[in-house]
Amino acid sequence: MRLFILSVIFSLSSLTAFPQSWTLKDVDIYRSFDDFEHILDTQNDTTYLVNFWATWCAPCVKELPHFEEIQKLSKGKKLKVVLVSLDFERQFESRLIPFLNKNKIASDVVVLLDKKESTWIDKVDPEWSGAIPITLVYKGEKRNFYEKSFHSTDELKSILKPYLNI
Amino acid sequence: MKNLAILLTALVGLSFSFVGGGYEVGDTATDFQLKNIDGEMVSLSDFEDAKGFIVTFTCNHCPYAVMYEDRLIELHKTYAPMGYPVIAINPNDPAVQPEDSYEKMKVRASEKEFPFVYLFDEGQKIYPQYGATRTPHVFLLDAERTVMYIGAIDDSPRDVSAVSEKYLENAIMAIESGKNPEPSFTKAVGCSIKTKA
Repeated sequence: MRLFILSVIFSLSSLTAFPQSWTLKDVDIYRSFDDFEHILDTQNDTTYLVNFWATWCAPCVKELPHFEEIQKLSKGKKLKVVLVSLDFERQFESRLIPFLNKNKIASDVVVLLDKKESTWIDKVDPEWSGAIPITLVYKGEKRNFYEKSFHSTDELKSILKPYLNI
Repeated sequence: MKNLAILLTALVGLSFSFVGGGYEVGDTATDFQLKNIDGEMVSLSDFEDAKGFIVTFTCNHCPYAVMYEDRLIELHKTYAPMGYPVIAINPNDPAVQPEDSYEKMKVRASEKEFPFVYLFDEGQKIYPQYGATRTPHVFLLDAERTVMYIGAIDDSPRDVSAVSEKYLENAIMAIESGKNPEPSFTKAVGCSIKTKA
């Protein structure tokens, strides 16, 4: 019985959209691109909006609120926002986690830590020069790539339009 | 008719090269006249004995640029005497990124004792011609300013001890022995170049 209650509590807590307060345990850290790659290629009927960013990247930080707005609008829809951080390992505790808490980030956050960037830039998208921020939208085999900053939530809505109503 | 086809093909090719923007390996890079941190205007043609140039778009604020500062200093110390000076250019608009102002360039250059010129792309006229998209972004030119290599300095920005491919140094060595660098194009993560949207 106790186990049952515990598991109910556990499943309820995992249903919450984001941790009340971020800790390092809430962030999936991928040390190899091979392990990470499924984030860019999950085959189901959900649309994924994936943004590569870092706390040290000013234009990235500036556009994050628009992604968070989309995250709020995604409730009840087959849409998932994933923020892929390229932050440095030595700054996880000192910079990344405090940033997520301060800005009450509710989207999924993962960290890509594969240091051999030249080997995986083309796998993210052959068009990508390597500069961040970048944004990908995909559902199944349909996919779009943007090496640019987004200046409004409406601008993000417009790239999602071919995928779903939002 | 055949001529028309050739003309059309040429036009399509031309429009593609405009869309892509910037140089490809084999193109002739433009010279420029940009202000160095000491106030002097600097052109590639000033380096009369140069066998080539390590043109590097870099800046103060970007952590990836900072991670390469020491490596750029070493590259210049090694290769400038061989005829390949580092030509560092800050392409960012300081109105967008105040850390990359001309005044702050002077401060950083003096803190790190840059042995190379550190030029300011005032008005952002030069970096689009090269097609730089990020900092750091290297264009290795030969003496005739032919683009020989574009891309990263090596394959491990975050960890010098994990470098396994010294792309830029290998490219210089290739030129020195009369060969074409292989690879001649690589990619790296970096900071976008800051412009007013």
